[in-house]
Amino acid sequence: MSLWRQLSRGVRALINRPAADRDIADEIDQYLDDAAAAFEASGLSPEDARRAARQQLGSVTATREQVRAYGWENVVETTIADIRHAVRRVRRYPSQAVVAAFTLALGIGASTAIFSAVNPVLFQPLPYPDSGRLMLVWDAQGGARLDVTFGTYRELLARSHSFESMSVMRPVQPTLTRVAEPERLDGQYVSADFFRVLGVRPALGRDFEAADDQRFQPNGPFVAIISDTLWRRRFNADPELLGRQISLNDVPVTVIGIMPAGFEHVLSPTAEIWSPLMYDTALPLNGREWGHHLRLVGRVRPDIDPESARQELDAIARTTLAEYPRPQWAALQDGFIANSLQSELTRSVKPALLAVAGAVILLLTIACVNVTNLLLAQGAARRSELLVRTALGASRSRITRQLLAETLLLASLGGILGIVLAHTTMDALLALTPPELPRASVITIDNSVLAFAAGLSLLIGLLVGLLPARHGFNAGVPGGAPQHSMRIASGHQFTRRSLVVAQVALALVLLVAAGLMLRSVQRLFAMPPGFNPNELLTLQVQTAGQRFRDAGTTHRFFAQALEAVRQVPGVTAVAFTSQLPLTGDADQWGVHFESVPRPAADEACDCYRYAVSPGYFEAMGVPLRAGRALDAHDVDGAPLAAVINESMAKRRLPGVDPVGQRLHIGPNSGPWFTVVGVVGDVTQTSLAVNRSDAVYITAEQWRFADNARWLVVRAHRDAAALTPAIRRALASVDKDQPVIRVATMDERVKISAADRRFALLLFEAFGITALILAAIGTYSLLSGSVTERTREMGVRAALGASRFDILTLVLRQGMTLTGIGIAIGIVGAGLASRALVTLLFGITPLDAITYFSVALLLTVVSIVACAMPAWRASRVRPSVALRFE
Amino acid sequence: MDTPNTDVIQGTLDMLILKTLSLEPMHGFGITRRVEQVSRGVFKVNPGSLLTALNRLERAGWLDAEWRQTANSRRAKYYSLTRAGKKQLEEETSNWSRRASAVARILKTEG
Repeated sequence: MSLWRQLSRGVRALINRPAADRDIADEIDQYLDDAAAAFEASGLSPEDARRAARQQLGSVTATREQVRAYGWENVVETTIADIRHAVRRVRRYPSQAVVAAFTLALGIGASTAIFSAVNPVLFQPLPYPDSGRLMLVWDAQGGARLDVTFGTYRELLARSHSFESMSVMRPVQPTLTRVAEPERLDGQYVSADFFRVLGVRPALGRDFEAADDQRFQPNGPFVAIISDTLWRRRFNADPELLGRQISLNDVPVTVIGIMPAGFEHVLSPTAEIWSPLMYDTALPLNGREWGHHLRLVGRVRPDIDPESARQELDAIARTTLAEYPRPQWAALQDGFIANSLQSELTRSVKPALLAVAGAVILLLTIACVNVTNLLLAQGAARRSELLVRTALGASRSRITRQLLAETLLLASLGGILGIVLAHTTMDALLALTPPELPRASVITIDNSVLAFAAGLSLLIGLLVGLLPARHGFNAGVPGGAPQHSMRIASGHQFTRRSLVVAQVALALVLLVAAGLMLRSVQRLFAMPPGFNPNELLTLQVQTAGQRFRDAGTTHRFFAQALEAVRQVPGVTAVAFTSQLPLTGDADQWGVHFESVPRPAADEACDCYRYAVSPGYFEAMGVPLRAGRALDAHDVDGAPLAAVINESMAKRRLPGVDPVGQRLHIGPNSGPWFTVVGVVGDVTQTSLAVNRSDAVYITAEQWRFADNARWLVVRAHRDAAALTPAIRRALASVDKDQPVIRVATMDERVKISAADRRFALLLFEAFGITALILAAIGTYSLLSGSVTERTREMGVRAALGASRFDILTLVLRQGMTLTGIGIAIGIVGAGLASRALVTLLFGITPLDAITYFSVALLLTVVSIVACAMPAWRASRVRPSVALRFE
Repeated sequence: MDTPNTDVIQGTLDMLILKTLSLEPMHGFGITRRVEQVSRGVFKVNPGSLLTALNRLERAGWLDAEWRQTANSRRAKYYSLTRAGKKQLEEETSNWSRRASAVARILKTEG
């Protein structure tokens, strides 16, 4: 009840202050009347009684103020008064307010945009229950992350006790057939426990069971679980679909479950359909069961910490048991790499994201420093206003509050503009993000982002207001101000100069980072990829369906496809390969040379295998170094021929002519291939890595027919324009084999450096903004200082100083600050750039050229910023100066 | 010559108001006079403090306020004790007696 009264009375007073005041005034009047009547009754004359009553009460106004000062509504009222005052001020000096709000908007907007990208990716837990217990496990061959084999998975499943459940998966792209519009789907083969590991259940139907994941039989039965999006897109969200059969690659598959709408598969965001792996638990040595192609995810038991799980995995790797024999290429001699799913997912993008987050904090700091400086400059001009206020009885806290209300208003305006800015740049930012960025789909401006922006604005409003408020109060000390104005002015100047120095230093740090990134990307793109990426169109064709179970059919299809594309006008060369550089493909095999005694320490399964058509090297522009290229004679039944790359030949066969050497690719039980030629190195994973081992064989001489192959099409000019014609040519061979992943090689080269380009572009944008802000800061300081010193300049001129003297005087003042800022900034950049090491390429974080160029750039910009005020100072006429003030 | 201190003991004004109003509803000046009379002039209530206190107690829900006609047909703001006010008065009274007797005990033992 009392709370209600507090509220209602307060609100009533707020809504109708005059009525509330009248109530108080009436009560006081009545009190006076009563007191006067009492005095009169005790024998005083009416006038004396009245006087006595007033005397007893004291000042009516004071009493009224005393009574009305009680209640929370007064706090609201002063706050409103503060805000109204702030608004009035902003409206009186709109240009200053606009500059301040826009500067803050730049900082807040950039921070908000980056936060919206970094927060869900790096910091928010993955969308699974207890997601911290999910771990990704890799075979650590030679310290690199290698997909595990099914055999390793089976052994871990049997021997490890740290995991509640484990599952393996691999991608598959089945075609939805026997429908009006066949569609290539993204999907995965998973072991039965997959969804239980993630902790997500199908919304409709049932989960996979062990019985679903039996050894593959040609006639099935086959089952699948589909995503909510696929269910809605292709099946009109028909609940009757459950238990019915759909056709995948012409094979009937029963749909047993539908995942919930919000289900997000972070490991394969585009996957829409899942089927059991159906591998052979007898683990035949020559089967895919021992291929390194499975992603292993496990859920650690709640009572086990990740470190113990890791130790147990390594202990298992070290001890081989007779009942779990391991082939030599999956011997686990280097143990495992096991980390939380989240850290593994973000591993490749984390350095770039953190660097960008660091950069945006620098930018925000610069913006704050700039606005603080601006407010300090105003503060000098407001001294008299504050003096009057203090004289009229405003307390220190009242003035501080009022000044803070102003900066908070500016920060709020900046915050709103910033959110608008973040919102409008969001799409551009997302377009820039590297493709390996996980969970890009959840990056939006949501409530947490808005809360972040609001909190940030509040914090900045307070931070930015603190210094000016303190200075403002000191300036407003009554009586003290006139005598102390010189001292205050100089203290004031010192603060402002320090802020300009800080701004220059921070801008230098940002620009050095941007410069280092720029030079890294330049160096990276200057790296020879080992092939000619110009006017080279690449696209993948995957065969699917019952009839392609026959290797001969597959080979025939690709031969026909090649021939059809060759006929397209404008095509100068065409070839296919089982994997293509810079696509993320990683088909790696162990290679053993007959003449090299085993075990060789570096005999890891890290040799890329390319099953190609004759003419691949010519089409790609990979140079032949020795021997011959693969040709039309290397067919099934002919002697097995292989071409290896230069680096592998040098490293594995030092001092030996590689041509004529024999090697095993994969299991030692396999046939011997003979090296017929050596080609140049190519960059398979990224431009930064170009010495990976490679072995090329013809598709027909390989032990199975790769059913996904890349076509590489070279054209005289504008290869991309050939796409429709090539599609038509392929459709004329077989209209049911979809063409996917079409891109020119130039585009692939660019995308391969996307993380660095992402960081570079943002660093450049932030760096340029910082440069402009620093220039504005320097300019406004000098400009203000020249105005304050007009008289001094006039006196100097009167005493015979030439214009040049005065010009250099002002310039020197500005350049001294810049110099100090640059010196501090270089030290700061030297420390900060260490954080960039993983993003740099071909240069050190202390690259002298970058530091020198950036320092030069800042110096030049500073000179320009100083020139205007200096020129103005040099034009001051002595007569004007003497009349000044 | 010193005038005797007639200030109400700090922190007891609320209690005095509540006690006075527990007898009958009263307006501001009535309370002042009653406190002075009953305390035989020892306490004089400051009007500003009294009106502020009345405002506060009313907001706290211990008093109800109402504009009413007085005997001489003028409007006056009358205050009356609410149920919550009664409880508060009991609480403050017992609290006060406990402390006052403690103070008295200390003063006695000193001699």
